[in-house]
Amino acid sequence: MLDNKQNSEALSEFADKLEIEGRSLWQDARMRFMRNRAAMVSLGILVFITLLVAFGSHLSEFAFDDTDWGAMHHAPSIESGHYFGTDSLGRDMFVRTLLGGQISLLVGVMGAFVAVLIGTLYGATSGFLGGTVDRVMMRLLEILYGIPFMFFVILLVTFFGRNIFLVFVAIGAVSWLDMARIVRGQTLSLKNKEFIEAAEVCGVSKWKIITRHIVPNVLGIVAVYATLLVPQMILTESFLSFLGLGVQEPMTSWGALLQDGSQTMEIAIWQLLYPAAFMVVTLFSFNYVGDGLRDALDPKDR
Amino acid sequence: MSDKALLLDVVDLKVYFKIKNNKGLPWAPAATLKAVDGVSLKLYQGETLGVVGESGCGKSTFARAVIGLVPAEAGKVVWLGQDLTKLPHKELREKRKEIQMIFQDPLASLNPRMTVGDIIAEPLQTFYPKLSKAEVKQQVKEMMTKVGLLPNVINRYPHEFSGGQCQRIGIARALILKPKMIICDEPVSALDVSIQAQVVNLLKELQAEMGLSLIFIAHDLSVVKHISDRVLVMYLGNAVELGTSKALFDKPTHPYTKALMSAVPIPDPDLERNKTIDLLEGDLPSPISPPSGCVFRTRCPIATEQCAQLKPQLEGTSDHSVSCIHTAV
Ligand SMILES: Nc1ncnc2c1ncn2[C@@H]1O[C@H](COP(=O)(O)OP(=O)(O)OP(=O)(O)O)[C@@H](O)[C@H]1O
Ligand code: SF4
Ligand SMILES: [Mg+2]
Repeated sequence: MLDNKQNSEALSEFADKLEIEGRSLWQDARMRFMRNRAAMVSLGILVFITLLVAFGSHLSEFAFDDTDWGAMHHAPSIESGHYFGTDSLGRDMFVRTLLGGQISLLVGVMGAFVAVLIGTLYGATSGFLGGTVDRVMMRLLEILYGIPFMFFVILLVTFFGRNIFLVFVAIGAVSWLDMARIVRGQTLSLKNKEFIEAAEVCGVSKWKIITRHIVPNVLGIVAVYATLLVPQMILTESFLSFLGLGVQEPMTSWGALLQDGSQTMEIAIWQLLYPAAFMVVTLFSFNYVGDGLRDALDPKDR
Repeated sequence: MSDKALLLDVVDLKVYFKIKNNKGLPWAPAATLKAVDGVSLKLYQGETLGVVGESGCGKSTFARAVIGLVPAEAGKVVWLGQDLTKLPHKELREKRKEIQMIFQDPLASLNPRMTVGDIIAEPLQTFYPKLSKAEVKQQVKEMMTKVGLLPNVINRYPHEFSGGQCQRIGIARALILKPKMIICDEPVSALDVSIQAQVVNLLKELQAEMGLSLIFIAHDLSVVKHISDRVLVMYLGNAVELGTSKALFDKPTHPYTKALMSAVPIPDPDLERNKTIDLLEGDLPSPISPPSGCVFRTRCPIATEQCAQLKPQLEGTSDHSVSCIHTAV
């Protein structure tokens, strides 16, 4: 009897010592996201497309700039090895679509990343410090807003020549402005929360308050905005490529492929169809994932 | 009280806010909101000072100015002989080890993305960055036990706790640096009545154990009576009555204090039925344009013409003082 009692006491003591793992808001959000069918399927598609775009070119014997002299405007076929056909110069469309995807996704993700990084820090700093600093930083933002984007890009391209790096810079430099505004707004509303004041009372430095208390709390909205920014970036790049301001031949992007394909669509519709399909699916998927994230991170909004 | 060490000496503290009218022109002069307009008091070691007054009378602003969250317009906040309002930011930060604060909204005062352990450890890690992880954890767990939290919930997040538990977390965070004084800004107003008593009693126990001084802000007079040694009554940014809890509750003197007290329910039903409540007439005037002379005169039942000219100051003994021309203790 005594043994038994001692045992159970020891057991309960042990149970008390065992640390219970809490469920963070992130974990909650992940669970909600995983329950969202459309978002999960879209995420799967995105992963698949990314892998295909990154490694798929090994499935083909052709290089992206090889001209197959015997097969120009060749329709898609398995036997010839041109799964998606060829373009007017006899280059393999499968490989070119994947390469275009690499560039488009890279531009999209990098552009969004740059925008998020600069925008978040800028917005959080401006909103948190407030007062004159905030006013100056916001005026600067408005001036940058005033610069016409297309003009800016054309200027860069005429000065430095066509260069994919310039497209990055141009897109990134403009798109962080929105991000900065969004984060500033969020920061302003967070700033009056008591836990920020509590941190101040605890002697936490301003920089630490921004990085430890404000940024993690605006990260949700940043993540949502970033996923929605990627397709926007891809579209902008396509638009530039369509105007002939994007990547330089023989490199390509989805936008450039669409431009080429649109000129031959009466005789070789596949040259338009394959890159278009890839792009549309990617854009849709990004938007679904973004929506899913928003619902998951902000359950009140539904 | 005078046998105890003087911790805090607030002298004629004023906090003004500049209010910009958004509809006006950008260069139009800003109006001045006198949130706290000349409050003086002394706080001794181990003592609890209650602060009461209706919403918007400047209680929180007073507390925030004492701890340095809002700049003082004029006056002094002397902490152990040093005027905090003149201190550079860096030295003021050091004082946070000695003065801490507990907030009104328990959940909102905890960062939702941090675990309880990280929240309580934050002040320690800020001031003693050299402490090892294990030492920090050890101290956090000790503190959690002290405020009545099971140490094994150290990895949980604030949203997994009730309001009362969240307030205990807030108390643990305030106590971990072993401060000398804690400012409690309506620490129980957001809690259920049954939980309120638990938290107030916890504060009392911890105070006795650690020799803390408390500034305890509340709406609820019965809570203040229960916990305070002395009580300050505020009205529109001014101190209208200050006295020991006993003197003030036994013999409320200022017309405003009387009105406040008469609104408190008496436990005895017979007395409760027969008592009269002196309802105050009119609304609280705006702190942007407070009445001249005595700020209470627009609602005072015994106001005379004299009250519009003279601004009364707190007068009386150290046990009980009142700021009114027509009444004295
Ligand atoms: N940051 C600020 N800027 C401008 N006005 C302010 C600011 N903080 C407080 N006030 C004003 O100062 C006055 C006093 O506010 P305070 O919050 O100190 O009142 P309180 O007594 O704590 O009220 P409550 O019981 O509702 O908490 C109010 O009129 C309020 O509008
Ligand atoms: S000074 Fe005059 S107005 Fe003010 S409380 Fe006393 S009697 Fe009333
Ligand atoms: Mg308040």
